[in-house]
Amino acid sequence: MGDGVLAGLTGKASGLALAKAPTGIAGLDQITGGGLPSGRVTLVAGGAGTGKTLLGLQFLVAGARDHAEPGVLLTFEERAAKVAANVRSLGFDLDRLQRDGMLVVLSFQVEPAEIIGTGKFDLEPLFVTLDEAIGRLDAKRVVLDTIEVLFGTFGDDTIVRAELARLTRWLEERGVTAIVTGERGGTGLTRRGIEEYVSDCVITLDHRVREEISTRRLRVVKYRGSAHGTNEYPFLISADGLAVLPITSIVLDYAAPDERISTGVGRLDHMLGGGLFRGSTVLVSGTAGTGKTSLGAHLVHSACVRGERALWVLFEESPQQVLRNMRSLGLDLRSWVDAGLLRIWAARPSAFGLETHLAALARLIEEVAPSVAVLDGIAGLAFGASDPETTSMVARQFDLLKTRGITTMATALGHGAETSTVNVSSLVDTWLLLRNTETNGERNRLLFVLKSRGTAHSNQVREFLLTDHGIELMDVYVGPAGVLTGSARLAQAAAERDAATRQADDAERRRRELRRSVMEREAHLAAAQDELSAERAELDRIERRGEQRAVDAEADREAMATRRWADAVPSQGRH
Amino acid sequence: MSQPYAADGQAGAGAAPDEPWNLRLYVTGRSPVCLRAIENLRRACEEHLAGHYRIEVVDLLENPRLAAEDQILAVPTVVRMLPAPVRKLVGDLSDTDQMLVGLQLRPPRRKGS
Repeated sequence: MGDGVLAGLTGKASGLALAKAPTGIAGLDQITGGGLPSGRVTLVAGGAGTGKTLLGLQFLVAGARDHAEPGVLLTFEERAAKVAANVRSLGFDLDRLQRDGMLVVLSFQVEPAEIIGTGKFDLEPLFVTLDEAIGRLDAKRVVLDTIEVLFGTFGDDTIVRAELARLTRWLEERGVTAIVTGERGGTGLTRRGIEEYVSDCVITLDHRVREEISTRRLRVVKYRGSAHGTNEYPFLISADGLAVLPITSIVLDYAAPDERISTGVGRLDHMLGGGLFRGSTVLVSGTAGTGKTSLGAHLVHSACVRGERALWVLFEESPQQVLRNMRSLGLDLRSWVDAGLLRIWAARPSAFGLETHLAALARLIEEVAPSVAVLDGIAGLAFGASDPETTSMVARQFDLLKTRGITTMATALGHGAETSTVNVSSLVDTWLLLRNTETNGERNRLLFVLKSRGTAHSNQVREFLLTDHGIELMDVYVGPAGVLTGSARLAQAAAERDAATRQADDAERRRRELRRSVMEREAHLAAAQDELSAERAELDRIERRGEQRAVDAEADREAMATRRWADAVPSQGRH
Repeated sequence: MSQPYAADGQAGAGAAPDEPWNLRLYVTGRSPVCLRAIENLRRACEEHLAGHYRIEVVDLLENPRLAAEDQILAVPTVVRMLPAPVRKLVGDLSDTDQMLVGLQLRPPRRKGS
């Protein structure tokens, strides 16, 4: 996977750039920026069973198959036939490559006990053999596995040492890209210190078993003239050969779509501001029996409902068990399995090493091409003590999924405290915490959104109910006694309902009283208005009468004056 | 010291006196170390196996693929083809004791002697 991407960096690079020979090993070419130094010797050092031979073989096969660079394998470890048989399962058909003239496998069995040293010697036959094979195939790649067995074989190791130094120079003069493997051990990188002669590129391989979980690691110790990743990178031996997983924290340029997808729980979507971002990673942590698996089931269910494919990896339960349990929530996941939309894969974390898990996951992702993946019960992987190896392992699983834009929900058994999952929590975009609360003799589930990157999310806690029609989130009651859930919540709800009823009754009574009062006052008001009108009318009448009298009196006076022939003396002023 | 020794150190045992020894010497061209080995081997054989030996010199430069076929990594290498069992000696045979013990022309010396 992915060696084509880097093809541009390889071959005869122009200018100052170092020409590189791609190894065909996913990840290694990424770390080394294109492969091993072309025309130089690379030392691959590692203990027994660390994958040195496989690395070398893959390098040769990649050259022969993908880059038209024939190769020569000179092995001191196994018979040629056995080498071919060992890698056949990885899809490396060495016999065919040999028939096609793209590969020569030469094997030397070295048995020191059968050899008697009698004086000075040289390793010219090795040179002669390699020269012939390289010439015959026009080989560009050579692997010597493991050259160190020559030490202690012929009596005088100073000669072997000098000859190996000559050999590396000779290989470089010959213009081939070579891998020399060496055993780890002693004070240096290799038991015999052969790193002395190989100064251009040194890669170490390591295989550790801790708490019965094995992890393989690769490190580029040295790469003269080239930038390279210096971390220890876990690698795995998968069905396709060696694969180094350098992704962690090297590249953080995942696509970040704005699209939201449903978690399958409506109110949770609402709490998350509209659902999960597609391609994001959600961690659901919580103690046993808090409903983590059910939440995962909703996510895969909703994906299948949308017609998308989903992958459900179970680390703790069998598929049958989970399918049955989810049916009780009203989720018929079996029909999705039958429809080919849902793939369930179950494996105990302890059954394989970590890298095997990762390999299996990678293969499943290739096969299923899901849009949504749920890793149920990564606790077994991630929290076997605060082991950085398992944590980085989980990180790589997340990366693997994230780089493919797969929305991932991982559920993990947290030990209650929010810090127990802190190792992986920084790697996830959304973290949901499920917690049991124990009150009034019952356990109830609570859901918190601890974080949700790039999303305005609810800071509220919800009660999490598993019903026969799926998960429901309920508001919780927050009172003086804390958060109320379960029957306490119901009791509170009933009490509030009573109170509400009482309140309604009171209001009705008050309304009636007021209405009566208003009516009374309106009646009073009407009566008063009547009186007012009557009085006003009376007043008008009286005033009108008074005016009439005054007018009449004036008229009388004028009539009287006319009759008496009185002077026209104005009398108004005295009036 | 004129009789060859078998593995158990007993003179003449394991090899019929008249059965010729067959020794193969692998070399790469005429390098000094190879020439020295030829010289040393001839001398030892003349001394211990006069008339009862055959030395075959194989030059790997003439047939490079023979090295892998015959499992020869270092030169000079002497392989005692006969008498059985096959014995392999690497080096220019300048360590006469090692050579004689290796070819079983002399019983191994006791430690410290």
